[in-house]
Amino acid sequence: MSAQSLILTGPDHTCHLAERLAPCLAPGDVLLLSGGIGAGKTHFARCLIRALQTVPEDVPSPTFTLVQEYDTRAGSVWHADLYRLGSADEIIELGLAEAFETAICLVEWPDRLGNLAPPDALHLHFTPLEEETRRLDLSWTGTRWDSLVPGLAA
Amino acid sequence: MFRNDKSMAAAPLILGLESSCDDTAAAVLRGRAVLSSVVMGQNALHEAFGGVVPEIAARAHAERLDLCAEQALDEAGVTLAQVDAIAVTAGPGLIGGVLSGVMTAKGLATALNVPLIGVNHLAGHALTPRLTDGLAFPYLMLLVSGGHCQFLVVRGPQDFTRLGGTIDDAPGEAFDKTARILGLPQPGGPSVEAEAAMGDETRFRLPRPLLDREGCDLSFSGLKTAILRQRDSLVEAQGGLHAQDRADLCAGFQAAVRDVLVEKTRRAIAAYLSETPAEPAFAIAGGVAANQTLRAALEALCADAGLRFTAPPLGLCTDNAAMIAWAGSELLALGVTHDMTLQARPRWPLDRDAAPLVGHGKKGAKA
Repeated sequence: MSAQSLILTGPDHTCHLAERLAPCLAPGDVLLLSGGIGAGKTHFARCLIRALQTVPEDVPSPTFTLVQEYDTRAGSVWHADLYRLGSADEIIELGLAEAFETAICLVEWPDRLGNLAPPDALHLHFTPLEEETRRLDLSWTGTRWDSLVPGLAA
Repeated sequence: MFRNDKSMAAAPLILGLESSCDDTAAAVLRGRAVLSSVVMGQNALHEAFGGVVPEIAARAHAERLDLCAEQALDEAGVTLAQVDAIAVTAGPGLIGGVLSGVMTAKGLATALNVPLIGVNHLAGHALTPRLTDGLAFPYLMLLVSGGHCQFLVVRGPQDFTRLGGTIDDAPGEAFDKTARILGLPQPGGPSVEAEAAMGDETRFRLPRPLLDREGCDLSFSGLKTAILRQRDSLVEAQGGLHAQDRADLCAGFQAAVRDVLVEKTRRAIAAYLSETPAEPAFAIAGGVAANQTLRAALEALCADAGLRFTAPPLGLCTDNAAMIAWAGSELLALGVTHDMTLQARPRWPLDRDAAPLVGHGKKGAKA
């Protein structure tokens, strides 16, 4: 397991990081976004999706619909909020397990995934510090993210 | 209401199906007469979770759709053979639900050899004021439903102009998350309103997001963060949250939502009135209209601006199939019907009725 931490000074910084990560992503990449309410998960996801869109389009919160799907220049992007899910079976019903293979997936409240969480996913955990500052803890296994993540902090 | 009106006898009998959200619904309409409207929800389960519990499995929706349709026909006192057209929500919404609705509708339309009409769920909400209040086009609409919140000028059954909308959370989501943060039951709309009634809205001054920015766009995401911070500082200072703190926080939150909605609605009204509509009217649909504080503020605003204010009854603002049957009848009157290629569209913006991007509707529940 590799890990790295960053301090995000505010929403713009979070957005900037998402925009830098976006062009590096390809179908099959899964980002697991954790942290409490208001930690900045959806904000990060929204900035990342916007950065990949060829035609600007709404990026609403997926809290009600569970999944929002986007066609982007990098392929299909799934933005999921699993907070309301009851069981892991529903992950499969939702088509999410399949999307992990075929799309770029941004998953909020990923603890609901249980053992369905892809082993090579990039974990991003947001912790509010004070006012608008957040600590972002990135962690991963496997080589996919080894070269990508350190470059983000620079 | 118009059930015995002979002029309505000529209007087609429409069966509407709705399964795009957590609930499953069917309704039978003739003209503006709602002969029946059945909604099968899962309210008992709601409180165990944050917000509503989603029904993901397409088969669960499909099973309930059959029951709903049967019950709606029974209550309307008609048989399936009498139905003139099938209207169904084809999006946007939960993928599994939309899919099962569209499949069921295709089956029924084929078996009965009647027209099939795919309806945008949001258009169903947006056209409801014509069903309930007979509003003339164009009217201004604040559509607040599920994850959506937008100002629309409604010009026709397929002609919507969006003046603005939420750039992040919808108000309903803000109410749900505020309830979650403060340990109040879900759904948050009623529980936060009840707490707010006992609170002092001036004690905590919460932000009014985007008020300083021009236009009609809304933002509610920052409010939940502000509530969270206020809660944490109270807990830190006094070791816990008193009942009065919670009520005051709810009141402050609701006041912030009210102020933002009122100011943005004021701007939307100005934009709408610049078109000099013949019969200026404002309609609000969605759970927000059930909040008495928000509703009263918007009602007063419309009275000042000389707009007729309408808010369809809540039963027709929450997800229901009568609005889908109604929207279907409006489309049918325009000659709009669909064939077996009708696709479920998880995302389907009202004001940009573009063809669905490749791949939409093919993913999702495989049940």
